[in-house]
Amino acid sequence: MIEILNVVKKFKTNGANFKTAVNDVTFSIRRNEIFGLLGTNGAGKTTILKMLTGQIQPTAGKIFYDGKTFNENLFEIKKMLGVVPQHINFDQELTVEENLELHARLYGMEKIERQNRITELLDYMELAEYRNYNVRKLSGGMKRRLLIARALIHRPKIIFLDEPTVALDPQVRRRIWNLIEELAKNGVTIVLTTHYIEEAENLCNRTAIINAGKLIAENSPVGFCESLGKFTVESADTFKFFHDKESAEKAASLLENSKVRQTKLEDVFIELTERGKNL
Amino acid sequence: MVAPLLYLTAFGWGLGRSVQLQSGTYLDFIVPGIMALNSMNIGFHSIISVHAERVYHKSLEEYLISPIDPKSFLTGKILGAVLKGLISSVIIILTALIFGANLTLSAELFFVLALNTVIFAEVGFYAAMRLATYEEMAQVNTYILLPMSFMCGTFFSTATLPEGLRFFINCLPLTHASQLLRSLTVGGSILFDSLLILAIFAALGFFLSLKALKKCQED
Repeated sequence: MIEILNVVKKFKTNGANFKTAVNDVTFSIRRNEIFGLLGTNGAGKTTILKMLTGQIQPTAGKIFYDGKTFNENLFEIKKMLGVVPQHINFDQELTVEENLELHARLYGMEKIERQNRITELLDYMELAEYRNYNVRKLSGGMKRRLLIARALIHRPKIIFLDEPTVALDPQVRRRIWNLIEELAKNGVTIVLTTHYIEEAENLCNRTAIINAGKLIAENSPVGFCESLGKFTVESADTFKFFHDKESAEKAASLLENSKVRQTKLEDVFIELTERGKNL
Repeated sequence: MVAPLLYLTAFGWGLGRSVQLQSGTYLDFIVPGIMALNSMNIGFHSIISVHAERVYHKSLEEYLISPIDPKSFLTGKILGAVLKGLISSVIIILTALIFGANLTLSAELFFVLALNTVIFAEVGFYAAMRLATYEEMAQVNTYILLPMSFMCGTFFSTATLPEGLRFFINCLPLTHASQLLRSLTVGGSILFDSLLILAIFAALGFFLSLKALKKCQED
C-alpha cells in the first residue's frame, strides 16, 4: 500500500551545512496492518512521518501510495490520510465540536455528513458531554482522544499516530491502545511512531527500528525476538540470548544471580541500537 | 482601531478644525492619511495571529496536512484581513463625517483601502511565517509600521522632507496609499503610478508570503 524507497531527508543547519535526519530508508507498509516506527528520541521517526503525510518533501527517494506519488496525486492522497500529531494542536479559541467541524470542512465534507460524523465520533470517544466545551478545558487524555476523533472524521484509510500515548497515565494509555486496535479491526491501516517498546510490542503487527536516521531492522515483534533468541539469561547487567530453553537454563546455572526469561522487544531494541548488532 | 480614532479626534477634530490649509481644513487633509494608516494596521494585526498558530498552538499544521492548496489558505487569510480593514475604514469615514470632514466617497477609494490592507496583511503573514518569537513580531510593529505611520504623508505632506529622505519615503507603499486616498477624497483622479506601485507590492508580498508558508513546512 505504501512504498518508501531510498528516502533521504536533509535539513539545512548553518550556512551551507546540512544535517541528515533520514538516511536512505526503504520499507513498505501493508494494507490493514499496524506498523510501528520504533526509535529513540531524535532518531528520525517524526521526520519520516512528516514525509509520509506530505508535510515535507524528501531530499531524495520516493514515497508511493498505491503506486502514486504525492506529486502525481497530492490532494487525493491527503484525503486518504488521518494524522494524530505528537503535540496537541487544536485551535484554542474553538470548542470541541467547532474543532471537529473545522477539520471536516477542510476535507470538503457536506453539512449533514459532518454533523452525523461528529456526533458518531464524540459518542465513540466518550466525549459527547464535552461537545460545547472549549478545548482548553479538557484533560490530557480527553485531548488525545479528541485528536484521534479529529483525524478520523473524514474516514481516512490510513492513520498516522505520532507518539500517541506520550505523557499519558497508564489507564489512558491502555484506553488509547484499545482504540487503535479497534480501528485496525475496522480496516484502517495504522502507522505509529513510538519510543515506548511495550506499546509497539502490544500493538504492532510489524515494526521498523530506526536509529540515527537509518532503518536498522524490520520484522514483527515476535519475529525480532525469535531471531535474537526466544530466551534471555539476565545476570547483573549482562544479557545473553538463546534459541532453546535448555541451553538458556544451562548457561544460567553457571552464573550468579541469574534468571531465564522470555526475550522482549525491548531486549532486541537495546541490542540493535546500542550494540549495533545485525540480525 | 482605537489609535486611528484617537488621532482623528485629537489631530483632526481637536486641532484640525482650527487649522486652515490651501486645500481646505487640516481635518480634510488628515482623514485620508488616517484611513491609510488604519488599513495598514488592521491588515497587519488581523493576520499575525497566524504566528501563534504556527509557533505556540501548532494549529497551522492542521491546514498544511489537509488537502488545501497553500494559495487558497493564504488568500483566505488575506481576505479575512481585508474584510476587517474595510469595516474599520467605514467606521473611520463615518466618524470623520460626523466631525465635519468633506470627503468624496467612491468605489476606487475602497479599492485602494483594500489593496493597502492586502499589502500589510502580506507583511504580517510573511513575518509570522519567518520570525520565531512574539517579541520579534512586536519589533516589526515598532521599527517598521510605527515610523511609516507618521512619515508616509499621513499627518503632513512629504514635500517638506529633505530630498534623500523623501526619495526613501516615496519607495514605501503607505506613502502611495496616502497620496491615492488624498486625491480620491477630494474628488481627484486616480494616480496610476501610485496604484501600479501598490499592485507591485501586493503581488510581491503574495509571492514572498506563499514561499514563506511553504518553507515553514520544512522547519
